[in-house]
This record gives sequence, structure tokens and C-alpha cells, in this order.
Amino acid sequence: MRYLPLSDADRAEMLKVIGASAIDDLFKDVPAEARLDGPIGDLPNHASELSVERQLTALSRKNMVAGEVPFFLGCGAYRHHIPASVDHLMQRGEFLTAYTPYQPEIAQGTLQMLFEFQTQVARLLGCEVANASMYDGSTAMWEAIGMAHRITRRKRTIISSGVHPHYVSVARTMAKFTGDQLATSLPELAAAADAEALIAAITDETSAVVVQYPDILGRIADLTPIADAAHASGALLIAVVTEPVALGLIKAPGEMGADIVVGEGQSIGVGLQFGGPYVGLFATREKFVRQMPGRLAGETVDAEGKRGFVLTLSTREQHIRREKATSNICTNSGLCALAFSVHMTLLGEKGLGQLAQINHARACAVSERLSKIPGVDLVNDSFFNEFTLKLPVEARPAVHAMVETNVLGGVSLGRLYPDVAALHNGLVVAVTETVTDADIDAFEVALREAVQ
Amino acid sequence: MTANPSGWRPSAPVNEQVEGTTVTGNRALTLEEPLLFEIGSRDQTGVDFETFSAPAQAGAVNDPRLRPSPEHRLAGLERSSLDLPGLSEPETVRHYTRLSRQNYAIDLGLFPLGSCTMKHNPRLNEKLARLPGFADIHPLQPQETVQGAIELINILAEWLIALTGMHSVAMSPKAGAHGELCGILCIRAALEARGDAREVVLVPESAHGTNPATAAFAGYRVENIPATAAGRVDLDALKARLGPDIAAVMITNPNTCGLFEPEMKAISDAVHAAGGLVYCDGANFNAIVGKVRPGDLGIDAMHINLHKTFSTPHGGGGPGSGPVVLSEALSPFAPLPYAARQDDGSVVLIEEEVGAEARPHSFGRMVAFHGQMGMFSRALAYMLSHGADGLAQVAEDAVLNANYVLRSLEDVLDAPFAASGPCMHEAIFSDKGFGGGLSTIDVAKALIDEGFHPMTMYFPLVVHGAMLVEPTETESKAGLDQFITALRSIAERARAGDQSLKAAPIFAPRRRLDETLAARKPVLAYKTPAPDGSENGSASKYGGG
Repeated sequence: MRYLPLSDADRAEMLKVIGASAIDDLFKDVPAEARLDGPIGDLPNHASELSVERQLTALSRKNMVAGEVPFFLGCGAYRHHIPASVDHLMQRGEFLTAYTPYQPEIAQGTLQMLFEFQTQVARLLGCEVANASMYDGSTAMWEAIGMAHRITRRKRTIISSGVHPHYVSVARTMAKFTGDQLATSLPELAAAADAEALIAAITDETSAVVVQYPDILGRIADLTPIADAAHASGALLIAVVTEPVALGLIKAPGEMGADIVVGEGQSIGVGLQFGGPYVGLFATREKFVRQMPGRLAGETVDAEGKRGFVLTLSTREQHIRREKATSNICTNSGLCALAFSVHMTLLGEKGLGQLAQINHARACAVSERLSKIPGVDLVNDSFFNEFTLKLPVEARPAVHAMVETNVLGGVSLGRLYPDVAALHNGLVVAVTETVTDADIDAFEVALREAVQ
Repeated sequence: MTANPSGWRPSAPVNEQVEGTTVTGNRALTLEEPLLFEIGSRDQTGVDFETFSAPAQAGAVNDPRLRPSPEHRLAGLERSSLDLPGLSEPETVRHYTRLSRQNYAIDLGLFPLGSCTMKHNPRLNEKLARLPGFADIHPLQPQETVQGAIELINILAEWLIALTGMHSVAMSPKAGAHGELCGILCIRAALEARGDAREVVLVPESAHGTNPATAAFAGYRVENIPATAAGRVDLDALKARLGPDIAAVMITNPNTCGLFEPEMKAISDAVHAAGGLVYCDGANFNAIVGKVRPGDLGIDAMHINLHKTFSTPHGGGGPGSGPVVLSEALSPFAPLPYAARQDDGSVVLIEEEVGAEARPHSFGRMVAFHGQMGMFSRALAYMLSHGADGLAQVAEDAVLNANYVLRSLEDVLDAPFAASGPCMHEAIFSDKGFGGGLSTIDVAKALIDEGFHPMTMYFPLVVHGAMLVEPTETESKAGLDQFITALRSIAERARAGDQSLKAAPIFAPRRRLDETLAARKPVLAYKTPAPDGSENGSASKYGGG
């Protein structure tokens, strides 16, 4: 076995030191009836590297690779080009094979990186502080709702109809067990989102209002009026960003008064990966930091007075506070935070701005092309790199029909809202810098065909 | 362990020891690295973009909404400034490479953090996870275009079920603690389905902190179960506490003292007889993989840390992956999405679109999308590489290595449970016998100077000054012997009250860091100094009060 260094001679010698006659002596606390006699029968025995590579490669070939076809999917996961140096740096063994930085003297690499990540995330989202990452955007949103509950001591949360339905589903699942009361609603295929309805629903029992920006249909709206209304009632505004590249071009939620801003960091540095691992972004105001979930890297000095970094404010966390912790989170998404941070460092403000401009311009052009197809209407007034089309037919079969011509042509709202017939003609289309002119041509042909 | 195996003498020996400092603060290969915000510039970028040409437009556009006016499209919300510095590619590579060299890692040496299972991370796994067919597919692609991915999830699920002897597995939890939550929520859903509201979850006092945090989050009151002097769950105390208010018992097996709970089946039977359910923390599965099936011990739910037992990299704090194996009683309540093989051999992910009605009792969804695909491909590569025979060997070698450490050091370090027999995959020591006010942290920091990552310190709480050593099976005997020699020497110094241990580490990139200062005045983001020298937080100009 190539991963096991001990030889049979080593094993025999070690058993002698231990004073055992056979390896089974070391398993004597396991009751005999629970011990297996030999290898588990149905599973194969060990295999060579070549053999394993063949098996997994065969499985991978059964998938349609996003980068090999015209590809227009978004809805919470976006395909962007990742510079080669990002993956190279992630694969440095000192980053890849380190643990959570519990021994700061020999983990300054990870800790300084996390401190830089926190600063980048805070600035991108327009907030004062950010944590060292959550699992993903959906779990970050739920944690934000729990944090608002702790801060306001109120349990009623209003979730905008524009929030990703999977995110809402996660929150609804968790709320069943915590007693939080969530007011949710369904989106409509209309240019305007539900800001007025949200504002009207706020009461002095409201803990938080949750909005997505841009929202599930790609729409963008000023969050200031909602923030003002929430604050007037002592409630918080939680903003969710599933496409952080947008913030290279449009105002950050924190600039518009959001108290907690969470996000999915996947589109910067992480890649699609069929949904995970991703990286949850979580930022807020400095005054709320002790109610924050997750790890925090903070600045300090060592015994010689040199600057250094440590995990800090851990009295919020499960390994200290146990059942009184702000969250049960332990392992988070450190390596994806590194990928995000490296990519963001390569981009900088200048590169992120250019990237966002290209995304937006491409999306504008594609929206014009597609909405000229007879019967196809653009729902949005506003969008960044993702918009919704209303088709003259149900979008789900249209998406499957486009697959027949090797086009991955957007996400049907029927996939996300199977029970909501009024949304079934909706098709959400994302356009990033990775889309070529030829891809757009192929998409237009396929969609024209599919809606006939 | 000598720097001069040849025994040669230098022809021009250096006579005096040089204690020098350098003008840069660097020391040869140990390089100081400023913060990104001190070296980057808002005008610099390390990415070049293609110039974009708009596709030719056919005909005039009359609908005002279709005019390509950014102002209109962006709802008038253009951003003025981000204040994010960039670096060119060579500067970026150098910045992070220099940072990386301030980290310890398994690739560098033994990383014996107890309960963390820091084993070698095979590079085949990294290669295969990056195959475009796994890395470059979107979670919402139509299922017919991702059959290989769903099949991979299903194959991994079948391995996990076979290895644990359980009925089914929920794949989506993102890490161990998330898996714990999944298991406890399944238990709560099952109890509620039978109209049996129970309020209390029992947790041994030696449990990981995530256990009580998870139970509290799920709405339960947490009560501790005491341990016996032999480091096991006190079965009599547990039985005495069981009753109609106990929803579940959370047991770690092997436990955090490194011992197997021999009464596990009796514990499960007693909990079941009282109407409760049994959660097992699977963090320590590496000790028994391929040797014992938790399903044979009466367990109802157990999470598996793919980033421990199945070698996916820890990455400086994640990502993890925490699938939860479930008993038949709990299976109907598992969260969506859920992989299932069909009669025709194809595999589907059961989610909202393809029929949530097929799983009416599911407690809901824990994450957007399907869980940690990137970890699934790595874990399956690891399992296929080892096979059934190799995995049993993993457990045997992990247990052998831990016992070798235990017996090689028990004469110089107090081993509180050594008398009760062999340990499993980790050896536990206490600080009993240290002189001169020295504590576990001094031993740990001295190990850093000897080139090792310290063991887990002060956990579990039931052992005074606990040192929990988990060498894992991927350490050679020679590597263990080096570690034992180093720890033996440090332990002897600690017993002698050698105060120089308090200065350790001396040779690391940093001396001991002031954690009290960090917590008292938290600085969690870089603030650009104002020209007058005061701190004018550029991050705080947004989002003010």
C-alpha cells in the first residue's frame, strides 16, 4: 500500500515494544462480536494509482463540461476565468496540508492570509469587519438571521421574494428547530422587486429584513429605503450577495446601510465544482462583532514585539462556550478563502472593475439578442451579468431541448420553483467573460428552436 | 538526528556564534512579508482582459429597456471606489509563497493533533478532483448532463454505507459540525413524527465542543454524563439519567481519551429501550475503519469527516465534508438532496425538481446545492486506492502507531489510562509530574522548536493539562522515533522544572503571540494609516453607525 510507510518488520518490532503479541491485542476493547473477521466482503481491495485514475476519469467523462459548451448558468454559482497562479498557490503544501491555525507561531502564513481575506471581504461588501469564512452563502445567510435574532432579541424575520430559493429553504429548515418565524414570499416575473411590500411588512417585532442583491432574477435595487425603514423599527437589514463580481461595478450593500452582509464567494477564485466546496462571506459592523459566528483572525504582537496574527474572540465559539456558542461551526472554508483572496489580490480594484464591466457589457448584449426572439421577453429593467427571460413556453423542457444541441442555456425557474406554475416560463441567463461570440450565436439558435 | 552524519570537519571553521540582526528583518530563508495592503496598489492588477467587441446588432432597438445604457441597467447604483489593492502576478506569487513558508504542514512533518487525523493527503486525489468533468460542472446543470457526478456521489455513498453497516447516508453536510447538526435534526424530526417531544440531549463531559453547541442549536437542553476513572462513559450514571425526556445521547467512539467504548452496544440498547436515539460523533472513525461497523453497535446516526478519515486536505481550516450515515429508523428524515439509484441503473439526485414528494418526511435542505463534490472525488479516490484490505490496514497501523508512542513515553509522561489497556488511534498524557510551574503549553511550544507540530493541548477537559497525540498511519517508524526522542527530552526538562521551556518557541517565525492583547482590542481588518499618523480606517468609511 503506497500510502502506508510501516513494513512488516516495523510492525513486529513495534508490537514487541508495546508488549502485544498480535495487532488484534490492541483491539481487545472492541467486543469480539463487533469485530470484522476480514476485509468487508462487497468492497474491492486496494488499487494502483493508474487504475483509480482510470475509474474516476471514466466517471468524469459522463459529465458535460461547462467550459466545453456554450454555457449560461448562474443562480448562485458563476463560471469565471481563474488565473493559473491561484491553483498553484492553493496547492502549496504549506497551505493545503495545514490544519486550523491553533499554533500561531507556526501558522502565520494562514493567519496573515485570513486577516487579509477579512479585510478584502469587508471592503468589497462595504462593511467594517468580516470573518474568516463560512461554509457557503446559504449557511452564511442562516447564520446572519440567527445573529440578528441575538442582537435584536426578536424572532420575526422578513425574507424578500428575490432571495435564492435554496437559501430560503435552508433558513426555513433551520427555523423549524429554533422557533424563528420567517415571512417568505414568491417572486413574480416583473421588473420591480418587492421593496415596497417589504417596507410595509416591517413592524416593531421584526428582527431583520433579508434581501438579495442582485436578486434571484438578476434585478438590482437601491437598498437604502429598506435599510432606513428597518432601522426606524429597530430591525436590521441583512443583504445577500451571490455574485460578488457585481460589486466591482455597483454599490456595496454596506454602503447602503445593510447591517450584516453575507455572500457566496465562489465566483472569485473557487470554480463551479458542482456546488461545493464554496466559501461563505460574512461581514458586519464592528459593534456587532461579539455576536458574529465563525473564526476571526486578529492582529497582535509576539513576545519580541513583532507584529503577528492569532485566532481571536474565541469565547464566542463552540470549543470554549460549548452549548452557549454563537454557532457550532468549527472547520470552515479556509482553502477556498485562500483561493478567493489570491484571485482578489491579482484583480485588485482595477481588475475587478474591468472584469465587472466586461460581464455587464456582455450580458447587455446577450439580453438584446435573445429578447428579439419572437415571444421572448426580458423581465428585468436592471441587472448586472444575469437576467430573466419570459419564454412563450415552459423553460424546463426548453433547457432540456437545448442540451440536445449541446447548449447549457440557463436555469429554468421550474428547476428552482417546481410548484409555482406562474414562474415556469422563466429562464435565468448568466453571461460572464468566459462566454464567446460563437457561444452567443449557438445559444440564440438553440433558444429560438426550443421556444417554437 | 544529527546535522553531521558524515563526521567531516570544516576546513575553515567558524569560531564565534553570531547573534546578529539584519536590516531587513529577514533571516536567510525565513523571510518577513508585509501585508498585501502595504505593498499593493489600487492601480495595479495581475490580470489582463480581452478587449470586448459587441456582437453585431441586427436592426434598431426601440424598447427603451433594451438600450445598452449602463446607467439604466445598473439602477443608478454605480460604485465609486472599493479601495482594494492589486499586485502583478510575480508579486502575488511571491507574497503567498513567502506566507506559505511561515506555516507548518503535514507535507513538512508529523502533525499529531489529537482528534484531527492529520494524515498524508495523496496528490492523486488533487489531480482527479481537478478533472474538468468534476471541477467544471454547474450544480444546476440538467441531471442528464451530470450523470457521472451523481454516480460518483452514489458510489461514495455505497462505500460509506458498506464501511459503517448503516442503512443510508445524507451527503450534503459541509463539515463535521454541520453533519452533527444533520444527525441531530434527523433525530428531532423522527421524534416529532411520532409525537414524542423530548427536551434533553446527554453529552459526555469529554465530548468535542461542537456536540453541545449542536444540540443547543437544535433546541435541546444539554446535560453532561460523567466519565469513569478509566476514561469511559459511566454506563450506570447514563442509565440512571435515561427517561422520557431524553431525546438522544451523543457519544464519541472511540472517545476523546483515545479509548474504545466497549459498552457501546449496551449504551445503545439502554437508550433505545428508554425511547431515545443514539448519535455517534465519527471524528475518530480512523481507528476502526474496516475493522468495526458502527451499524453493528446500535448507532442511529454518525457523521464522517471526509477530511479526517478519508484524507481530503484540511487547507488551514477547511473545507471539510461531513456525510451522515443513518439507521433505517432515521433514513426517511434525511435532508434533500439525496442520491438514489433507480431500477434501470441510472442515478438521480432527489431534490425539489425531480420529486420532493418521494421524500415526504425529509426535514428539509441544509445547503444550497449538493454538498462538497470536490471532497467527494478526493475521498473516493482515497477509498478506491486503499480498498477494503487497505482501509483495515489503515486502522491497524493508526492504532499501532499510537500505542507505540504511548508505551515509548509512559515512563516520562503521565498516561492516565495506560493501565486500563491499549489505546486506539491516539495516546493521551497529562501534565502530572511537571515541575517549576511548567504546563502543557510549554511542552507543546518546545516541540515547535524541535520541528514538530504540537499535539492537541488541554483537550479533553477530563484530563488535567491533556496532551492528545494522534500520529496517524502515514508516519514511518523512523519518523515516530524522532518524535519520541524529542518529546522524551522535553518531558524530562519539564519534570526537572527547566524554566527555559517558557521561552519556547525560539526558532519559529514568531515567538509566543499575545492572545490577550488581540482579544482586548480586536483589530480584525487592516486600516490604512492616515498621513498624520492616526488610524483612519478606510474600511470604516462605509457602513457608518
